[in-house]
Amino acid sequence: MSILKDAILSAIGPDAKFDGRNYPASMDFCTVPRGKFIDTARAMKKANALLVAEWSADESPLGRGFGVYACYRWGAEYLIVKIELPYDDPIFTSISGKFLPAYRFERQMMSLMGVVPVGHPDLRPWIKFEDWPEDAWPLRKSFDASKPMPRVEGEYNFVRAEGEGVYEIPVGPVHAGIIEPGHFRFQAVGEDILNLEERLGYVHKGIEKRFESLSWQEGSMLAGRVSGDTTVAHSLAYCIALESMTGCLVPQRAQWLRALFLERERIANHLGDIGAVCNDAAFAFMLYQMSRLRELMMQTNHKLFSHRFIMDRIIPGGVSVDIDSGGKEMILSELKQLLKEFNRLMAIYDENSSLEDRVRDTGILIPEKAREICAVGIVARASGMNIDCRMQNPFPPYDRIGVNVPVLIYGDVNARVYIRIKEVRESVRIIREILETLPTGPTSADCKIPAPDCSGFAAVEGWRGEIVYWLQSGPNGEINRCMVRDPSSVNWLGLEQAVLGNIVPDFPLCNKSFNQSYSGNDL
Amino acid sequence: MKILKQILRTGIVTEPLQSEVSAEIRDVGAKLDEVIRKRFRGSLTIRQVDAGSCNGCELEIHAINNPIYNCEQFGIHFTASPRFADMLLVTGPVTRNMEIALRRTYNSTPPPKLVVAVGDCGCNGGIFGETYASLGGIDKVIPVDVYIPGCPPTPIALLNGILRAVGSR
Ligand code: SF4
Repeated sequence: MSILKDAILSAIGPDAKFDGRNYPASMDFCTVPRGKFIDTARAMKKANALLVAEWSADESPLGRGFGVYACYRWGAEYLIVKIELPYDDPIFTSISGKFLPAYRFERQMMSLMGVVPVGHPDLRPWIKFEDWPEDAWPLRKSFDASKPMPRVEGEYNFVRAEGEGVYEIPVGPVHAGIIEPGHFRFQAVGEDILNLEERLGYVHKGIEKRFESLSWQEGSMLAGRVSGDTTVAHSLAYCIALESMTGCLVPQRAQWLRALFLERERIANHLGDIGAVCNDAAFAFMLYQMSRLRELMMQTNHKLFSHRFIMDRIIPGGVSVDIDSGGKEMILSELKQLLKEFNRLMAIYDENSSLEDRVRDTGILIPEKAREICAVGIVARASGMNIDCRMQNPFPPYDRIGVNVPVLIYGDVNARVYIRIKEVRESVRIIREILETLPTGPTSADCKIPAPDCSGFAAVEGWRGEIVYWLQSGPNGEINRCMVRDPSSVNWLGLEQAVLGNIVPDFPLCNKSFNQSYSGNDL
Repeated sequence: MKILKQILRTGIVTEPLQSEVSAEIRDVGAKLDEVIRKRFRGSLTIRQVDAGSCNGCELEIHAINNPIYNCEQFGIHFTASPRFADMLLVTGPVTRNMEIALRRTYNSTPPPKLVVAVGDCGCNGGIFGETYASLGGIDKVIPVDVYIPGCPPTPIALLNGILRAVGSR
């Protein structure tokens, strides 16, 4: 039974060709005529699907034009729809009218690949800055990425709200604290925010293009540096996509260890975030306490896996480190201390009424909006959406251990903090079970290179939310395309919605409670 | 009340923990303290600039502010304004889209200024290399005094790098 496949078939019938070499084979993948792209989007909307990602690939090395892809999700099902565009006529009908996140995906496709979404209401460049040559489309094969680009004259047109008493506040790209760069432009009346426009792309490092010049092995290291705070989850998603294409069977022990790393990354980042939100609400005490607990974990990681963030320890085919009984004991006693202190601190969080004043009813992302932007991860779960890849798309051991996924509906700063609090506790439980049931055996298997012209997909629940990789091999089995979708690419839209009607001084607090990645978004 | 209890329980956390780490902190800390007292009148002000990092280096720069490393006790302070900074701590690779902002920050920092390039990317562009989007290491854009390699450098490596920079003056 496949709800999404049925919906496509009943919308456009045999025009949808369900073949193509996309892996895992359990996932539905279809090619449809260019003119039917919008019909499939309509059918997906009717089926209550979410848009996961939309991207394009230059398939000229494979003897084709451009491929344009949309990935949809409903519950545990993922489905990819593909259309093909001739090289000399790279246009297609925009689906941004059906799915809000397509709005940015398509701007990005137009900016970096030069494929044109007809009917898109706003084709200002995205990630590409106004001082790039207009015909610089780095993701095209004809583009020489090794050369620097000249700067040209140009100006970015921000959205303007006009009216009496409306004024504008530009912030960034370089911010006050130790954080990533990005630009925010507020329109406000008095203290109230009327509009927020994000302008991102400052840390665009050309990551997707860079993949195409690397070997598959090197690719997992680059994936681990898409967003340094999420190094485990990104390299894991990359590896799972690759392993699906090569039929590599990852040994059980490696699977368990991957889950261990993923949960440790989740706890560490959640601790940091809880502290940072409290700090922005003028409760610095909590930041110190949380960063101390976080540091404990970093030191354990360093001792056991010789990297504080466990970077590069997930490799194609498995993991590159192992754990012995002493290591297990070390983690268990660390977690015991951590949980005890965490619970004590959270009792303080609960009882602090001035903190409560700041975080409750601030920065609300209502459930309808969260759905509309196809939010993922903590942001989605704080706004009523019951989604988590560990539950809906689990790899072992999650299918055995199970995950209790917290969901709240208020969508405010407090809800986003509370989801994290609950997840810290749940991850502690999961890690204990992982260690208790850790299978014996090897920690990696040989991962071959993929056959020519096939593709692989993976979705992994990082600490921010669902991370998606789609890999495509070229005519010699090399990397032809690596599409990365960090949770931030959709969740940044949520921040723009959540701050409306809030006061300008509450923006940092709202922003911290989302804590989306700039690097993962800008790529 | 509970807060007080937690503070008492936690005590001065810079003390216990894993002894090797705390010995290292004490060691580099004492030297930092001395040089900063002598050459910077007890206070070294740092402006951190992310010129295109993956955010990994930022996490470790945050960590030197945590209560374990507590760099403030050695006289190291982070500031929001380049105008009051003695040192720019820059993570990279420098992206094309950040080049102008980095130059501006550099130009608004009063001389004599120290520039420290952080991380493999800050040193030479790291895995991102030199491409249409990444210009490579920090010294491709502004002069660099000291390099701190590592991906990311550990907090101890950061403190040692900062020590090298202040000692070089
Ligand atoms: S050195 Fe490593 S951690 Fe630092 S920015 Fe580069 S990839 Fe990220």
